[in-house]
Amino acid sequence: MSKYTEDDLREELKTKEYEYGFYTDIESETFPIGLNEDIVRAISKKKNEPEWMTAWRLEAFKVWQSMEEPDWANVNYKKPDFQAIAYYSAPKAIDPNKTLDDVDPDLLAMYKKLGISVDEQKKMNNVAMDIVVDSVSVATTFKKTLGEKGIIFMPISEAIQEHPELVRKYIGTIVPTKDNFYAALNSAVFSDGSFCYIPKGVKCPMELSTYFRINEGGTGQFERTLVIADEGSYVSYLEGCTAPSRDENQLHAAVVELIALDDAEIKYSTVQNWYPGNDKGVGGVYNFVTKRGLCEKNAKISWTQVETGSAVTWKYPSCILKGDNSVGEFYSIAVTNNYQQADTGTKMIHLGKNTKSTIISKGISAGKSQNSYRGLVQVGSRAENARNFSQCDSLLMGNECGAHTFPYIEANNKSAMIEHEATTSKIGEDQIFYCNQRGIDTEKAIALIVNGFSKDVLNKLPMEFAVEAQKLLEISLEGSVG
Amino acid sequence: MLQIKDLHASVEDKPILRGINLEVKAGEVHAIMGPNGSGKSTLASVIAGKEEYEVEKGEILLNGEDLEDLAAEERAHKGIFLSFQYPVEIPGVSVTNFIKTAINSTRKAKGLADMPAKDMLKMIREKSEMLEIDRKFLSRSLNVGFSGGEKKRNEIFQMAMLEPKLAILDETDSGLDIDALRIVANGVNKLKSKDNAVVLITHYQRLLDYIKPDFVHVLYNGRIVKSGGPELAHELEEKGYDWIKEEVDA
Repeated sequence: MSKYTEDDLREELKTKEYEYGFYTDIESETFPIGLNEDIVRAISKKKNEPEWMTAWRLEAFKVWQSMEEPDWANVNYKKPDFQAIAYYSAPKAIDPNKTLDDVDPDLLAMYKKLGISVDEQKKMNNVAMDIVVDSVSVATTFKKTLGEKGIIFMPISEAIQEHPELVRKYIGTIVPTKDNFYAALNSAVFSDGSFCYIPKGVKCPMELSTYFRINEGGTGQFERTLVIADEGSYVSYLEGCTAPSRDENQLHAAVVELIALDDAEIKYSTVQNWYPGNDKGVGGVYNFVTKRGLCEKNAKISWTQVETGSAVTWKYPSCILKGDNSVGEFYSIAVTNNYQQADTGTKMIHLGKNTKSTIISKGISAGKSQNSYRGLVQVGSRAENARNFSQCDSLLMGNECGAHTFPYIEANNKSAMIEHEATTSKIGEDQIFYCNQRGIDTEKAIALIVNGFSKDVLNKLPMEFAVEAQKLLEISLEGSVG
Repeated sequence: MLQIKDLHASVEDKPILRGINLEVKAGEVHAIMGPNGSGKSTLASVIAGKEEYEVEKGEILLNGEDLEDLAAEERAHKGIFLSFQYPVEIPGVSVTNFIKTAINSTRKAKGLADMPAKDMLKMIREKSEMLEIDRKFLSRSLNVGFSGGEKKRNEIFQMAMLEPKLAILDETDSGLDIDALRIVANGVNKLKSKDNAVVLITHYQRLLDYIKPDFVHVLYNGRIVKSGGPELAHELEEKGYDWIKEEVDA
């Protein structure tokens, strides 16, 4: 046997297809392409929405028309043609009174391929799950168990029907329709997403989870998530994403709003593995996401994200620390390989007294990719004793990728204490050889080094997710050292 | 155990080894000495299978098997261990996690299941006690912030855990104070058996006071120019390397 070199490995892996790149042939109902007021109305009508919701969407659409796509991020891509996208695609034959047994067997088979068999999830993981394929929620498990605690966890389309007072009170309060171009677009055309309400003093007994998947070609996915943790409550929320391989770029523009009332805590974890495009940079998902949370008094919001997919990522999960003593955390691992581009980070807006925030960002770049951390720490004039600690580490593989850090700090109160640390390192041939010499092959060596680098963030993920995230890191980076 | 025949190797087209012949039998300890730049570390790396080195001629046999086509990890699976002169840092990966991964990789290559956690723990306890390694040390990131002595002790700890057939110790004495040197040397002596072999690469005689070699070889300009018993090391200590250079260059 001749020597198996890194070059061989790289060659082999070039041909390795995206693991989740299968397309499930489910009959689906897709709206004509393009966007205008009629389409917005049609989506709203399809969902049987009340008048106020339709009006809200139309207002957002109007705002969106007057806005321009942002171009300040450190990413280059061909701007999507918003008139060439279908804004609604639902797997057909969905009954609102569905149970798991009624779910299309092909869909269930697809979840199996994704490794998220709903049945297994139910039995083994104690995870309540809502699955959004293309634009519609398919199954929400554990509804009854949660119901007994007064917890509401359902597709947002259902919440608009069943709990209009809650949705109306909070939607768009954290991410207003005119916040940015993609948020406005999402507000106009979102077709589904998840809604979650935890009543006062209730600790949600299980992880709540949503799995998103884009299946139909030529569609955009615009899901909307709204999580409200009432006073003194606690919830841990997980979000996973995949999409099949396609030559065209697919658009994903989600909005997530979190509200943590006094003494409440929300932990929001994401593993994002949208199709990243092939090794020539063709195809892949454009992931333009707005995520933001509001903390009232003594409340805490933690964002943890593992971003391995998408051709282009534009995403800044943020915390508005409005209440005194509130805490915001952002833990991120962003991996880019081949021609992927990521511009991701967070905003920590300190408004209340004694507010604290922690930012730990781990960027891993390989191939010809570009990976940027962009973060803002802002301390308002009345935020006495605000504290921030930020740490941004970059790991480079090979000589053709880039890592960038753009930290912005605005302190308007003299008592603020802000610390920022940053490091850049490279996986060296010496490290690989050292591992090889101990009997560890190159692929495993890279996984070991990357997992070590990412450990501080991986530790923040719920157990089942941490294992999945580790596997994802390995898959995303195989054969990337040169 | 190890047979090296007329080995020529270069790095970036620069010839470094120019015809090495060496035979190491099971149960033996060989010391390879020589001035800086003579090719000692290159020889260690070539045996271990470092890719940057091009073997141009000759062969390396381990128990009769030609190593030429084997990658570094495959050589490790066959029982070759190299204690590095400059061990690398791997942040976030604990000593325990690293050695566990190494052991299980080798077991996997041999078609064995992972070592049960209980056995692994027991082994770690035994070997760390032997090398007077503190338990806390094992949870630290591999070589990150280690002193020179801790790095070398960690190398010998890994050797103890992996139980190699052929251990090559590259300048293991450099950076060690006298206490650390004693501990490391004791460890190596305890690990020696009639079934394995040790090759010590060293610039100085010092290490050889603690680990007694059966044979001493002098490497100069990529060739072994002199071989002898332990007395050769003393002679080198006394007279330096110049007389060897003169002899060879004459």
